[in-house]
Amino acid sequence: MLDGRTSPATDLRDAARDVLPVGAGMFVLGSSFGLLVVGSGLAWWWAPIFSGIVFAGSAEFLLVALAAAGTPLAAITVTTLLVNGRHAFYGLSFPLHRVRGRVARAYSVFALIDEAYALATSRPAASLTGRRIVAGQVMLQVSWVGGGLVGALAGARFAIDVPALDFVFTALFVVLATDAVRSGREATGPLLAVACALVARLVAPGEMLLVAMALFVAVLLVRYRLTSTGTADA
Amino acid sequence: MPDAGYLAAVVAVGAGVTLALRAAPFAVMRTLRSSPLAGYLARHLPAGVMLILVVYLLRDLPVDRPLLTLRVLVPVAVTAAVHLWRRNALLSMAAGTAVYAVALAVVP
Repeated sequence: MLDGRTSPATDLRDAARDVLPVGAGMFVLGSSFGLLVVGSGLAWWWAPIFSGIVFAGSAEFLLVALAAAGTPLAAITVTTLLVNGRHAFYGLSFPLHRVRGRVARAYSVFALIDEAYALATSRPAASLTGRRIVAGQVMLQVSWVGGGLVGALAGARFAIDVPALDFVFTALFVVLATDAVRSGREATGPLLAVACALVARLVAPGEMLLVAMALFVAVLLVRYRLTSTGTADA
Repeated sequence: MPDAGYLAAVVAVGAGVTLALRAAPFAVMRTLRSSPLAGYLARHLPAGVMLILVVYLLRDLPVDRPLLTLRVLVPVAVTAAVHLWRRNALLSMAAGTAVYAVALAVVP
């Protein structure tokens, strides 16, 4: 290790090696996002606009589904806030201090997706140069936007209609929920969340998502209050 | 198809909120890191939010018609089971979607 003084070529090669397995997955998932965009009745070019500007994987699937249903912007704001809320915690441990230059730093924050965070925090810090981090983020975005473009164009050109593909979207969130529940290491929170969702479905079917999320946040706040006053070290 | 102005607003809202969330910790890192409430929410919010989304996506299941409901719930269970087993997101999604395709053919 040359204590971080690596050449640009080495950094690019390292970044490509970091990104390859994840990028391939993002390309495949991106192309199903492209199919969803066209399948929801949007023009194909909305796929690269969503992927390029929002650049938030799973939240983009949700945004397109909500937009296709004509959801009010207020509900879309709250939903994005809660679905992407986890991103507010990535910055706490993301090695941004290694990235040099205002433009590179700004891009690095903009492109701080789950995969970029996972890659940057799972490698030994000493081997990660700022250039390698940012190059990796650019490659991830190229995979994601490229996949979306290919999927949307294929969907628009060949009128691909595979009913089973509707399930990809559900499966994505089942996978995310499985991961989150497993790493949360407790059953009460998840059960409370499901209860909130079911109550919202019964009470406010038209605004189910908003009511369920608000209810769940309220329940968590009450629970926090109870546990922090009940025991000194909770 | 939703009109372009509305879609542009959806993109702007989605991008604005996401960027603000990503930039927030760099702006207020010290306060956020020392807040026990932020730590509590960071630990408990993600799993609940994802589960609420899953229930939301399944909100229109016809619970009075068990076969049609199972046609979706079985692939959901398969997706979660394969994911707990192999921890490979693409594999889990492919398995679940394949089972759903079969279920669509078996239960029309």
